[in-house]
Amino acid sequence: MNKTVNQKAWFFVLPVVILVAFNALIPLMTVVNYSVQETFGDNTFFWSGVRWFEQILQSDRFWASLGRQLFFTFTILAIEVPLGVAIALTMPKKGPWVSVCLVLMALPLLIPWNVVGAMWNIFALPDIGLLGKLLNSIGFDYNYTRQTGDAWFTLILMDVWHWTSLVVLLAYAGLVSIPDAYYQAALIDGASKWKIFRFIQLPKMKRVLTIAILLRFMDSFNIYTEPVVLTGGGPGNSTTLLSIDLVKIALGQFDLGPAAAMSLIYFLIILLTSWIFYTLMMRNEEQ
Amino acid sequence: MAKITLNDLRHSYMPNPQNPADYALKRLDLEWKDGGAYALLGPSGCGKTTLLNIISGLLIPSHGKVLFGEQDVTRLPTDARNIAQVFQFPVVYDTMSVYDNLAFPLRNRGVPEAQVDKRVRTIAEMTDLTGMLKQRASGLTADGKQKISLGRGLVRENVNAIMFDEPLTVIDPHLKWLLRSKLKELHQKLGTTMIYVTHDQTEALTFADQVVVMKDGEVVQSGTPIELFEKPQHTFVGHFIGSPGMNIIPCKVSGGEVHVGARKIEVSNASKLGDRNGTFELGVRPEFTSFAAAGLAVRVAKVTDTGRNKIVDTRLGDLSIKLLVDNGAAIPSDGAHLAFDTARTQVYDNGWLAE
Amino acid sequence: MRVSKWLVPTLYIFFLMLPIYWLVSMSFKTTNEILGGFSLFPQNFTTENYVKIFTDPTWYWGYINSLAYVSLNTVISVAAALPAAYAFSRYRFLGDKHLFFWLLTNRMAPAAVFALPFLQLYSSIGLFDSYLAVALAHTLFNVPLAVWILEGFMSGVPKELDETAYVDGHSFPSFFFKIFLPTIAAGIGVAIFFCFMFSWVELLLAKTLTSVEAKPIAAVMTRTSSTSGYELGLLAAAGSLTIIPGAIVIWFVRNYIAKGFALGRV
Repeated sequence: MNKTVNQKAWFFVLPVVILVAFNALIPLMTVVNYSVQETFGDNTFFWSGVRWFEQILQSDRFWASLGRQLFFTFTILAIEVPLGVAIALTMPKKGPWVSVCLVLMALPLLIPWNVVGAMWNIFALPDIGLLGKLLNSIGFDYNYTRQTGDAWFTLILMDVWHWTSLVVLLAYAGLVSIPDAYYQAALIDGASKWKIFRFIQLPKMKRVLTIAILLRFMDSFNIYTEPVVLTGGGPGNSTTLLSIDLVKIALGQFDLGPAAAMSLIYFLIILLTSWIFYTLMMRNEEQ
Repeated sequence: MAKITLNDLRHSYMPNPQNPADYALKRLDLEWKDGGAYALLGPSGCGKTTLLNIISGLLIPSHGKVLFGEQDVTRLPTDARNIAQVFQFPVVYDTMSVYDNLAFPLRNRGVPEAQVDKRVRTIAEMTDLTGMLKQRASGLTADGKQKISLGRGLVRENVNAIMFDEPLTVIDPHLKWLLRSKLKELHQKLGTTMIYVTHDQTEALTFADQVVVMKDGEVVQSGTPIELFEKPQHTFVGHFIGSPGMNIIPCKVSGGEVHVGARKIEVSNASKLGDRNGTFELGVRPEFTSFAAAGLAVRVAKVTDTGRNKIVDTRLGDLSIKLLVDNGAAIPSDGAHLAFDTARTQVYDNGWLAE
Repeated sequence: MRVSKWLVPTLYIFFLMLPIYWLVSMSFKTTNEILGGFSLFPQNFTTENYVKIFTDPTWYWGYINSLAYVSLNTVISVAAALPAAYAFSRYRFLGDKHLFFWLLTNRMAPAAVFALPFLQLYSSIGLFDSYLAVALAHTLFNVPLAVWILEGFMSGVPKELDETAYVDGHSFPSFFFKIFLPTIAAGIGVAIFFCFMFSWVELLLAKTLTSVEAKPIAAVMTRTSSTSGYELGLLAAAGSLTIIPGAIVIWFVRNYIAKGFALGRV
């Protein structure tokens, strides 16, 4: 589109800027403020420089949480993206059942996150939950409240259940937008199903997949409610992901300084990684 | 390469068609010789794309047969028919180079690499793509991409026919002519049967040896460009072909004589008229209409200068009758009289040429 | 071959519906039955959990509160995003690309980082425990999303439409409301859907910024499990009810889902 230069456009964006600035800049300033100061709880503050940052970056607890978080994020990405694409590939392009399918698939996305956690909490209970009972009756010794491995398994299963549909919906939209002529030409050229996927479908889905991966990466890195309600971060702290740890420090212990420093580091990590992801994928597209 | 025969072909997109209106293709019997250049010409919705897809195997007709040579291919899948198709917008494999695009159909069929290379280079040479073989296909312009599509169609040696579905739609106007000439040149060089679907008469008439004019799922006339121009079998053909199209003037027929209003007009097929009742129209091209001292009385409404000549739009009541006048010739300012070349004037009954 | 095509989506949907079925079936059991043993179907079918929710103000106010701030947030977010998206789509101005990017970065922010600062911020301006607080807080994430979606749709409408309208004598407000907005109605629908979705499901900030007056249903539910010790039947009923607004919204926009993802940003 041919855009005209018009500085008055700033009036149009003003409401948005005010809203977001209010909600982003002021808290940011607060956080920065706390991160470089120390208080003894009586409302007096002393400058402490980079002390809190050092403390966080040197704390085993922080690195452990970060490690768990990275493991979680990459695992669910590795499962949800291929799975979502695979499911989208099997869905028909049109027909009466398509909207019913899409609506049912989208349902998990609209359930309040605490309900998702609570649902799985009970669903996976060893004796009275459907999943728990099923697994135990097959022969697995399954108890996610006591065993770390089981807790991780349930956590990941819950997230896959919750968010794969987002990938499905995005991938499906990308697939549906491919004109029929491409498939017809492929037929004429004698291409196999795999070649059709590799040379037509996958390239045409690149944009949607980028969005899907980026969204899942960001949201899974920031996840809080569902794991908290499911496992509370346990057993012990084996499923304590990054934001769970942060909230514990900030709202639980009211350690303002360390919490603030950790917040900034947290935000920085995700900003950096998202930016890298995004640039890598965009560069891929321009090639 | 083979002769293509369409036998009693009919197609409806509905599961239970009840009446003619439910059919996209009403009834077709056509025979195309091997190696010819054919055009399917008609307005949008006339069924030409349906017909094309039936020939190429992307659609199975609800009735009738398609034969390649003696073989009934009606139900044969596309990749077994040895045909190629070029679509309305360029279909290229974006992630592959131009070379790999051209090689794709051959590699899929297991052709040895040495042969693939030879063939790809030959075709690239023919379609002026040699310099771009290493480039990524997605980086080419629209006409370049259509050449790749064309090349992919030509690269297989035993192709029965190549179909073109309005291939110049997205090409810039000044490049259309180049591409058209290239297609004609390739046809002459390779001798493959080519079937070209379009709604543009210029494309059809300049490309094809034989043009099939279609309307509402039926073949209206099939013939050489000259036949279509000089002896249109249907008023639709007369009107659709030619720029401007043929003049269609309602007339009355009685006792073997043709009258427009009070005026008697001499026509070429008067003897064929006999005694019949119908809706009669006079058909005569603007090229064969001229001003005269005496004749059909009309009013001059508008003069358009095309550069080569002038198109004069006259009015008989509400009816528009056009004629071509040379540059420099006199044009009456208001009232005028028209004369028609008898040999080129014919009467149509219900749209069809009275014969 | 047709059978196997339907197999995968069917299995997937079955997998998705299973926990939901479990939740709903539990909502019709008494807590004793749930804790007593395992049963696939409710043995003693009861609606007492639902009755409790519909008659106890603490419970049903939770729903009303949630719906209130979600609707408020959707209205604010979309209303603010519309002019901004228009500006991004039609004009170039100083700092426009950076502004757009900065907006998007807010979508990436971990809610946990904002929990404490928001608490302090909204308390200090006296908005603690109000619909407005949560509605405003959620705009941090929803406004960038709404701008992003709407800008995508608006860019699909050629500028010629604007110019024609001015030539026809429309003033800008007249053009914007009578001509432009109807043209991008699908985009507005998609934006409303996503704003509703993200605000409805978010818990951390909603809980942090409320206590009694504006307590969302999610907070009511978590409070129940901790104080009265696992009234599972009640929890299940409450949870089941929270699925309904989402289901309704998505049914209404079902035709726009594929279009919404496809247009705009794809």
